Amino acid sequence: MEKNTYDAIVIGSGISGGMAAKELTEKGLKTLMLERGRNIEHVKDYVNANKNPWEFAHRGGKTQQMIQDHPVLSRDYTLNESNLAFWADEKESPYVEVKPFDWFRGYQVGGRSLMWGRQSYRLSDLDFEANAKDGIAVDWPIRYKDLAPWYSHAEKFAGISGNRDGIAHLPDGDFMPAMQMNVVEKDVAARLKKHYQDRHMIIGRTANITQNHHNRVSCQYRNKCWLGCPFGAYFSTQSATLPAAVATGNLTLRPFSIVTRILYDKDTKRAKGVEVLDAETNQTYEYYAKIIFLNASALNSAWVLMNSATDVWPEGLGSSSGELGHNVMDHHFRVGAHGEMPGYEDKYVYGRRANGIYVPRFRNMNGEKRDYLRGFGYQGGAGREGWSRDIAEMSIGGDFKDALTEPGNWTMGLTGFGETLPYHDNQITLDKTTKDKWGLPVLAMDAHIRDNEQKMRVDMMQDAKEMLEKAGLRNVKTYNNGYNPGGGIHEMGTARMGRDPKTSVLNQHNQVWDAPNVYVTDGAAMTSAACQNPSLTYLALTARAVDHAVGELNKQNL
Amino acid sequence: MMNRRDALARVALLMGGAVIGADFFLTGCGPASSDKDKTTAKAPAKAAPTQPKEVLTSAQAAYLTEVGDTILPATKTPGAKAANVGAFMAVMVRDCYKPADQQTFVQGLAQLEAACQKLNGQGFLACAPAQRTALLTALDAEQKQYGKTKALEAPNHYFRMIKELTLLGFFTSEVGATQALRYLPVPGRYDGNVPYKKGDRAWATT
Repeated sequence: MEKNTYDAIVIGSGISGGMAAKELTEKGLKTLMLERGRNIEHVKDYVNANKNPWEFAHRGGKTQQMIQDHPVLSRDYTLNESNLAFWADEKESPYVEVKPFDWFRGYQVGGRSLMWGRQSYRLSDLDFEANAKDGIAVDWPIRYKDLAPWYSHAEKFAGISGNRDGIAHLPDGDFMPAMQMNVVEKDVAARLKKHYQDRHMIIGRTANITQNHHNRVSCQYRNKCWLGCPFGAYFSTQSATLPAAVATGNLTLRPFSIVTRILYDKDTKRAKGVEVLDAETNQTYEYYAKIIFLNASALNSAWVLMNSATDVWPEGLGSSSGELGHNVMDHHFRVGAHGEMPGYEDKYVYGRRANGIYVPRFRNMNGEKRDYLRGFGYQGGAGREGWSRDIAEMSIGGDFKDALTEPGNWTMGLTGFGETLPYHDNQITLDKTTKDKWGLPVLAMDAHIRDNEQKMRVDMMQDAKEMLEKAGLRNVKTYNNGYNPGGGIHEMGTARMGRDPKTSVLNQHNQVWDAPNVYVTDGAAMTSAACQNPSLTYLALTARAVDHAVGELNKQNL
Repeated sequence: MMNRRDALARVALLMGGAVIGADFFLTGCGPASSDKDKTTAKAPAKAAPTQPKEVLTSAQAAYLTEVGDTILPATKTPGAKAANVGAFMAVMVRDCYKPADQQTFVQGLAQLEAACQKLNGQGFLACAPAQRTALLTALDAEQKQYGKTKALEAPNHYFRMIKELTLLGFFTSEVGATQALRYLPVPGRYDGNVPYKKGDRAWATT
């Protein structure tokens, strides 16, 4: 038992697990980080990062074999030739869709921190107070002031580039210098500012560093982030939290380690450790610790809890409230507008900016009441068309070719990312009749968006069109390409925080009410979804929870 | 389709810096693939991996290079032949096309040759450049007309497939990206407002 005992165990090595490991080890705790997938070594294992486009046999596209092997991933841009190895094997790890659900997973050291979108925004009290004001679900047990210092802590370490825009409901952070808007985006932003009091267009706040930071080199504007960055210019487990944790000498990382359950001791009412199935050998091991951080990603963290059933908690650890696995949320999107910007023929850009513009939420604020609750933000950008554009008046031949070697018109698009409400009966459950490669029960997804989201999507289209037209774009067209829950890759809510153990799974410090030495600090903890990209909030919640856990440990409360 | 592609490329940019992936999959492997399996995430029974079967012969690939070079000929910069687009098309049709699209494509080669006989009185390879251009200009008009009226699920016109693969194959090739377009592996910085004058080449990647 001695050699399998640590001060802390972290389950999962993605964005929040990496942060938990860094914070725990830096506070002196001997920490075991368990990852279900293989190891990915920084730089060395980014095998496609330095390839040129022509070095990919299908130029980055998807083959019929890939579509057959990855039926879920093939539903979106996610299935591609260049970083296929970073996405989970769907044959080994199936799931059940009671209703259509897109689950895009990364089962490896670093998880989805290797492929994430990197947009990083703070929530504000507009978000933290929303459930209480609307009488929806339960109140968040924290407010912005509780998280603000931890946002700063996370931003300073991760390196978030952004502008201090002074927008109350999208609080400024501790940013590195912002990336630039391009010339068209700047003019659009200025025109929107003139026309609207309450709508802002800002440069995206992104976890790409614009100054050298620790051992990482600033962004080189290749826009190949999701292949893994040889410069370490975007925040990932590999580029940032893992080296920091390793440097303490306190970290043990164990890949190929599927945590099958948390071991609960009913006498102490604490977890005493975890059971691990070695994904390569199928051997079972037990590891013990005083603190457990569960960071397996929102749905898999709920899976671990549900699979940790005991005679005390037959529906799983943390199930006493009846909320475990419920309130599945995501951001609904794939809806917006795009158009053409006349002029600017004498303007172009240099470099490939792995970032766009952002329009923070503007609906249902300052007393406005739409026919739905909450709101949405836009991501977008402007650029000149490339060779794949249609040139209606041309056909084939030398003039056609030469025309395509020059950039086309400027175009701009806006895509809405909308808040989904926490519905109790949007839920995931264990399907014990369907097993994965290791004989473990799989998740069954039963979630759909409702009237509130559908009404919001109408505004997401129409407002984008109106704003682009006000800003001078022509031939503006709206689109709504449909949406399945999960498609936003922002799964949240399955073990929510709250003030009351009867209606929430976690308390205000992310402790499982039913086992206070177990902390859940990934998307599962979210009480509401807000409409901002959520990962920065997970980083802040994680650092805050580690601080609490170590404090409690020192007071011998855990 | 072109407008939608641009819009989706923008979407992809914001989601994961994935412009390359989005632009390319929509161009290269997307034609006539409107149906998606949305019913289940359970993967189909594992098929034994087999060596992919060639759909096009090397003679057909060489023929396609000639067709491609008429679509994108050498001008002040090299053309599609310099990028060997026929070999690229053979790989894409073999690996990325559905069987029905493969059939449309292969039959299209015979249709193209028959149309050439009818218009020019001889096969495509025997034709002079002006005859080749006349034929493909007519076929392009035909495919554009077809595209305006075709049902969503109906197969694409074979010449649209050939044209798309020619553009994709050429502009993403080393020759196309570095000579017809401009390519920088590591820009090192970003400037959102640089002067552009007519004739300057576009960037190969965004």
